[in-house]
Amino acid sequence: MGFVFGPGFFQSSPVQVALIVGTVVSVVSGVVGVFTVVRGQSFTGHALADLGATGGSGAFLLGVNQLLGFVAIAAVAAGAIELVGLRRPRGRDLATGVVLGAGLGLAALFLYLDTTFSNTTGASITILFGSLFAIDSSLVPVIVALSVISLGTVLVLYRMLLFSSLSSDMAAARAVPVRAVGVGYLVALALAVSLSAMTIGAVLSTALLIGPAACALRLTRRPGPALALAALIGVVVTWLSILLAYDSYYWPPGGRGWPVSFFVVALVFTFYLLTQVPVRGWFPRRDPGRSSANRRLEGR
Amino acid sequence: MDATRIDGEEVLKLEEVSVWLSGRQVLREISFTLRAAEMTGLIGSNGAGKTTIFRVILGLQRASEGRIWMSGRTRSGRQPAIGYVPQTVVLDPDMPLRARDVVGLGLDGQRIGIPLPSRHRRQLIDEMLQQVDATHFANARVGRLSGGEQRRILIAHALISRPALLLLDEPLINLDIRSEHEVVALLSRIAKEQRIAVLISAHDMNPLLPAMDRIIYVAGGRTASGTTEEVVQTEVLSKLYGRQVDVIRLRNRVLVVSGSDETSATDHEHAHAIADPGLV
Repeated sequence: MGFVFGPGFFQSSPVQVALIVGTVVSVVSGVVGVFTVVRGQSFTGHALADLGATGGSGAFLLGVNQLLGFVAIAAVAAGAIELVGLRRPRGRDLATGVVLGAGLGLAALFLYLDTTFSNTTGASITILFGSLFAIDSSLVPVIVALSVISLGTVLVLYRMLLFSSLSSDMAAARAVPVRAVGVGYLVALALAVSLSAMTIGAVLSTALLIGPAACALRLTRRPGPALALAALIGVVVTWLSILLAYDSYYWPPGGRGWPVSFFVVALVFTFYLLTQVPVRGWFPRRDPGRSSANRRLEGR
Repeated sequence: MDATRIDGEEVLKLEEVSVWLSGRQVLREISFTLRAAEMTGLIGSNGAGKTTIFRVILGLQRASEGRIWMSGRTRSGRQPAIGYVPQTVVLDPDMPLRARDVVGLGLDGQRIGIPLPSRHRRQLIDEMLQQVDATHFANARVGRLSGGEQRRILIAHALISRPALLLLDEPLINLDIRSEHEVVALLSRIAKEQRIAVLISAHDMNPLLPAMDRIIYVAGGRTASGTTEEVVQTEVLSKLYGRQVDVIRLRNRVLVVSGSDETSATDHEHAHAIADPGLV
C-alpha cells in the first residue's frame, strides 16, 4: 500500500477533508451533470461555473467564505437565466450569454480589487483553479448539506426531468409543471456548480460536471445506470487526483506538489477519450437493442 | 379494450370556441365533436390553426370564448387523460433512454421520485410495445431509431395511460410511404380495439384517407366537418386551400391532386398517393 499511497496519506487531515468533500461533490456533479447533458444545458452549466469566479472574488473582497459567494452568485445567475431566458434553446443561450458576460465583467473588477487593495495573495488562483487541500474542515457539514439538497432535488424530480427533457410539450400535456421543474433543476445545477467550483475552481468546475456525465452516457442506454456511472467515474477521478496530487510533492520541480484540479481535469479528459474508443463487445458500433431484421427495415 | 366506452360515444365536444393571440383572432367560434373508436382528420394548410386547436384541447392554450366538454363534463385545466404526440420531438441519439423507458414515462412520468422495479409496470410496458409492434427494438436507444419506429414508440407512450382521446400533430411528417401506411394502419386498429377517439392533424391528407371516419377542415380560423366522402370533394378542397384541388375517382380509388391544369407533372407527383374508399 505504501507503494501506491505516499507516507501519511490517510492520516493527513487536509487529505481526509479532500476525500470527503471530493466524494460528495463528485457524486452530486455526476448526477446533475447527466441531466445537464441530456437537457442540452451544458452551456448554462459552464456559464454558472464561470460566474462562480464573480461570487468567489466578491466573497474574498468582503472577507467572507468563498463558498457563500459561489452559492449566492450561482443562485442569482440561475434565477436571472430562468427569468430572461425562455423555453426556446436559442433564447435561453442568448440570456445565458448576456448574464455570463455581465458576471465576468464584475469578476474582473473584483479580482483586480482583491489583488490590488487587499492582502489576499493568491486569491485569483484559488478562485479560478480551486484548492481542494485548503478547504476548512468546518465547511464539511455545509458542503454535505448543500449536496443533499442538490441531489435530493434531482432525485425527486427524476421522472419529470426525464419527461420534460424528452419533450416539454408532451410533458406539459400530461400536467407536468415544466417551468417549475426547470427552476428546480437550475437550483440543483447552481448548487452542484458552486460545490464543484469550491473543489476544483470556478473555471475548471465544468469538467467535473460534464465530463463524467458524457462518459456515462457513452457507456449505458439507461437513465438510472447513467446517473450511477457518472457519479462513480467522478469519485474515481477525484480520488485518483487527490492521490496523484499528494504524491506529486516528490515530483519535479519538487517540494511544492502539483495542483489537484489539474489531475481532475486531465483524468476526466482521459476517461472521455477512452470511452470514445470503440472496443468490440464493449462499446458496440451498432445499438445492441436492435435486431438485424429491424435494421433491415429501417427507413433511414 | 375499454369496456366503459361504446362505439360512437361522445368523447370531446368543442362549442363555439374562439382564441385570440396577440390581438389576432386565431380561431373563430369553432365547434366539433370527437367520438369513441372514430378516426378524425384535422386538415388545413400550414398556419391554419391546427396546432392551436390541439393546444386548446390539451389545456395548454386558454380558449377566449366557448366551452369544451370532455366525456360529457365541462373540462377545466390540463387533461392528463388525453394522449398527445407532438409534431416535432427531437431525440438526441445519445440520450440515455431506451424505447421502453419512453413508453414507461407515459405511464408515470408526471410523478415524483424514481420508479421502483415492478412486474406489473414492466408487463404494462411490454403489452403496449407489443400492441404497436415495437417489441424487437424495445431496448434500443430511442434517439437511434428510425422516424417510423420513433413515431410508434411515441404513440405507445401516449396510449399506455389508456386515454379516451389521442391527439397526433402531423404524425406522418418526414416518414417514407411504407412507414406512413404502417402508422395509419396501426392507429386505425388501436382506435377500434381500444375505443379511443383519435384526432390527427395533417396538411397532406392522402395517406390518411383510407382510415378516416370523419374530417374536420380548418381555414381562416373556422372549421367545418363531415364524413370523408362529404369533405373530399373538388369544390370543398379548392375552397379550403384557396387554389385548385382536384379529386379524381378512379377504379374505386380516390386521388387528390393539387395544382392548376398548367402545373407541371412534377407538382402532380407531389400530390400523391391513391386512397381506397373501400377502406374508409
